[in-house]
Amino acid sequence: MMLYDHISSNKRKSIFLIALFFVIIGALGYAFGIYIGSVFIGLFFAIIFSLIMTLISFYSGDKMILSMSHAVIAEKKKYPHLVNSVEGLAIAAGIPTPKIYVIDDSAINAFATGRDPKHAAVTVTTGAIERLKRDELEAVIAHEIAHIRNYDIRMMMLVVVLVGVIALLSDIFLRSFIYGKRKNDVKGGAAVIIIVLGIILAVLAPIIAQLIKLSISRKREFLADADGALIYRNPKSLANALKAIRDDKEPFVEAANKATAHLFIENPLRNFKSKVNGLFSTHPDINERIKILEKM
Amino acid sequence: MILMILVLWIVIGVVAVIALYVIFTFNRLISLRNRVDNAWSQIDVQLKRRYELIPNLIETVKGYMKHEKGVLTEVTKMRANLVSGSMSQKAKASDSISNALKTIFAVAEDYPKLQASENFKMLQEELSGTESKIAYARQFYNDNVMGLNNSIQQFPSRIIADMLSFKEREFFKAQESEKKSVKVEF
Repeated sequence: MMLYDHISSNKRKSIFLIALFFVIIGALGYAFGIYIGSVFIGLFFAIIFSLIMTLISFYSGDKMILSMSHAVIAEKKKYPHLVNSVEGLAIAAGIPTPKIYVIDDSAINAFATGRDPKHAAVTVTTGAIERLKRDELEAVIAHEIAHIRNYDIRMMMLVVVLVGVIALLSDIFLRSFIYGKRKNDVKGGAAVIIIVLGIILAVLAPIIAQLIKLSISRKREFLADADGALIYRNPKSLANALKAIRDDKEPFVEAANKATAHLFIENPLRNFKSKVNGLFSTHPDINERIKILEKM
Repeated sequence: MILMILVLWIVIGVVAVIALYVIFTFNRLISLRNRVDNAWSQIDVQLKRRYELIPNLIETVKGYMKHEKGVLTEVTKMRANLVSGSMSQKAKASDSISNALKTIFAVAEDYPKLQASENFKMLQEELSGTESKIAYARQFYNDNVMGLNNSIQQFPSRIIADMLSFKEREFFKAQESEKKSVKVEF
């Protein structure tokens, strides 16, 4: 029952996220409408825009993410063990085999994306293939398969695109506020208040979006660790894989960026030297995760 | 009069609740059973795959392993049971072949030429991949069988399962008595 609760919670949250996206874009559109002198036009464009962006992110967010990450399809001839492992673990989890991609990067990392188990992809770095032991790689794949089965992938994919769009928009918006010429002739205090509100909104939107993103991904990693261990029936292997990831001397994945960082099994942008893992980190403390896995 | 109406409504209510429960349980049993069937077909697919791979392996290995003819004929004989026979026969055949394949691959390490053959490497990867897929499919199947059997055995869903004659399913494993006869010798 746990799993099904988790799935429906993820579906609910995905809808909530889309609704929130409409509200934020709507508010930005409203403010912009006042600025250009027609609330109607502002709102109209905001709604059309949100609709298009939501559809794009739902149906091709995964493709965007994969191409942003320079992921290429893993051929069975070249990576027989990887392909066999993904196929096997998909059977163990009772989902169709996801598409399998690799990123050419020496860092050890992996992520999953897609909108549901039928349209999903697992991606691992070549570093993970070369430097992890076989059982460790399989445990990492099991973790990603757990994300797919849970529908975490849908949430996280929507977050990448929608949060990215909000950040980009409010950036453009702020610039036009600060540097642009005002075309309307609204006079007096009201105009000033509206513009100040608009600026506040434009500043707040990306911060809110960022906070949503953070709150979304941290608990999920613990859950996927546990589910992955259940699928692979060997929590020690995942613990060992996480240790290898933790002790990775060059953890930086070149093709990862702020928008996609939270998809990965461990933060691909972390600096090996700084061990700060506070409020603004996208991932839970890796030592904590290892400890929990070793106790299983 | 009022009392009678009240009693009537209570009776109707109770009947409705029971009817809803029966419908709900029936549907749940059906979906559990379908899941078991689906999981079984996953095992079958992998067993067939292994059935198809084995002749290739024998063919590749034959030329090198002159002294180990015994294990090769053993595997060939057991292979037929992968795709025919009862579930426990299939499980038994699958277990025996797993052991035999392990032996073949262990012995193969003494033959550097064989080890170097691209064809052999590919077959080894493919067979060990199939091996673990069988294990995963088995794990998934047995989990689902447990879910179905629990519902059939536990009260109160048991009553409905009995009424509609839902049958418990067999786990995919070799019978204890059959397990002993598995022996691979050179």
